[in-house]
Amino acid sequence: MLYREAGQFKTSYRADQSVFPIRQDQIGIALLIAVMFLVVPFTMNDFWLNSIMIPTLVFALAAIGLNLLTGYAGQLSLGTGGFMGVGAYACYKLATIFPDVNIIVHILLSGFFAAGVGFIFGLPSLRIKGFYLAVATLASQFFLEWAFGRVAWLYNYNDSGAIEVPTRMLFDLPITGATATSTTRYIVVLSIVIGLTWIASNIVRGRFGRSWMAVRDMDVAAELIGIRLLPTKLTAFAISSYYAGVAGALMVFMWLGAAEVESFDINHSFLILFMVIIGGLGSLLGSFLGAAFIWNLPILLRSIPETFGVAVNASTVEHLQFMIVGALIIFFLIVEPHGLARLWQIAKEKLRRWPFPY
Amino acid sequence: MGGILYGVFVDPFIQMGSAPDLLLQVLWEGFVSGTLYALIALGFVLIFKASGVFNFAQGIMVVFGALSLVGLFAIGVPAFLALFLCLIIMGVLAFTVERAVLRPLVNQEPIILFMATIGLNYFLIGLGELVFGGEPKTMITSELGLPTGSWDFDVFGGLVIIQQLDVAAAVIACILVGGLAVFFNKTRIGRALRAVADDHQAALSVGISLNQIWVIVWFASGIVALATGIMWGAKSDVSFALSIVALKALPVLILGGFTSIPGAIVGGLIIGFSEKLAEFYWGPLVGGSIESWFPYFLALIFLWFRPQGLFGEKLIERV
Repeated sequence: MLYREAGQFKTSYRADQSVFPIRQDQIGIALLIAVMFLVVPFTMNDFWLNSIMIPTLVFALAAIGLNLLTGYAGQLSLGTGGFMGVGAYACYKLATIFPDVNIIVHILLSGFFAAGVGFIFGLPSLRIKGFYLAVATLASQFFLEWAFGRVAWLYNYNDSGAIEVPTRMLFDLPITGATATSTTRYIVVLSIVIGLTWIASNIVRGRFGRSWMAVRDMDVAAELIGIRLLPTKLTAFAISSYYAGVAGALMVFMWLGAAEVESFDINHSFLILFMVIIGGLGSLLGSFLGAAFIWNLPILLRSIPETFGVAVNASTVEHLQFMIVGALIIFFLIVEPHGLARLWQIAKEKLRRWPFPY
Repeated sequence: MGGILYGVFVDPFIQMGSAPDLLLQVLWEGFVSGTLYALIALGFVLIFKASGVFNFAQGIMVVFGALSLVGLFAIGVPAFLALFLCLIIMGVLAFTVERAVLRPLVNQEPIILFMATIGLNYFLIGLGELVFGGEPKTMITSELGLPTGSWDFDVFGGLVIIQQLDVAAAVIACILVGGLAVFFNKTRIGRALRAVADDHQAALSVGISLNQIWVIVWFASGIVALATGIMWGAKSDVSFALSIVALKALPVLILGGFTSIPGAIVGGLIIGFSEKLAEFYWGPLVGGSIESWFPYFLALIFLWFRPQGLFGEKLIERV
């Protein structure tokens, strides 16, 4: 009843092919974005912005990157953490070599370095498929981790081996570094994530996205209908790595403030793979839902004993948290293997009919 | 440029030739870690063959087996009784996994099952740390009757040290592989297992219970995991750091093919040897610790020429 497209007629192809064809969706998204920009920064405190909103957005961007590769192009990758690292280190080097250029330009440029690295490590995908490819991407993960630790040029030869974010301004406001407030950082991250998501939604509808999906469904058949496999798979790797790289740069510059090798280890790759699968393969909305779910679940679990005033020691909580996260992942896979995005679709169907049964 | 080429192609071999005792020692170490990689890969292969599940939790099963053994011993259970109880624990684990994870997810895509085993991985990490504590522990080596001394050999005028424990590990690995081979080829259940590995539907249609087979393979790979855990735990500590090392079993799988037991063993040995050789002779050229990624690159190079692994079955694709 509330969510029904009856009476909304499209009079042009343009209107028919818009990203959100249904008016309720358009209003909903506009409202959501308005709330994110105008209400959230002024009502939430630093804890919420710093440990919930910013990381969720950053991981959502990384999840979109992996989703383009795994969900749309069907190439399983376990190297996202490494590609995020390439973006972060590239951004750091750019920011030190060209200190006068705006940091946002650097963040967006750093993705191209990650794209280049992703392109190279995507080359084996032409011959290797499925789980074999997943293991091959582990090569990139471990090699990049090793390189971040060994190549001193990457962290400017400092003693700690970590990269630290310098303070940079935009319109006379510090947006990175120790003096930047969480509100400004949140708004910058939100703008970049929304912009890149909009681009991604257009990529997957267009020529690239459709050839990726053909390759995902069956690559031999895709080849037969005239899709060249090598360029298709390599663009998937490059664009996916671009997103991961920008997410990595955002992670260090807008959230953590400093990073070392451990920030980009294999566990991050798995974390993002979780987000993609729990959220839903082949769905941009799913990337956001998955990131929000996987990132905030442990925070929620940790806060439960406090709320009820039960004194449990910290390590027990952490172990229980591992168990619960693991069990919930299995539970979700059993209940809905197509992820949270499918649950949302089902809910929409229900909303269309409500309150009538048919 | 010439210096680099010399360093890569000539110098390492001169070093090998001039100190053959050192070379032997490196090779032996490669053999030892190779057997352990092979054992972990074996657990993977058993499950992958029979259920098509890429079991990411194999590394954690190794740690979990070793942890429960040490944990049981710590609360006063005699060593061999603890070993027996661990076998029961592995059996219960196999049964639970089949009931709670595999059965509800039957007929799902491989990636979903893969994710489920990562979930299992997290669950077992949490459970293990909750029950036995997260700090590293020492394996009860001597209580289990494993030798701890070492033999020193004079070879080529140098000294080669061989730990007796490593020899025992190799022997146990051989026994395990031999036992599995007999089990697979000579017993009724083994034949059913091979039938399931070959074709799920055909196996079902001749009356083989898939659920039962899955419990058995998970139990078998649990036993392999326990043995690996004991061996590895005896070499270093029993801790969750082992599970990262267990990822090294993945390039082994690539080399050997996901479905081949001899492949897992040969692949394990190749990875073990080449990793130690590369680390010792070529590692210093680029700053060391290339052990962490070298096996993966080796596996990549192999894959480039044989995408199905050394012993894997040839892939035939039809539209």
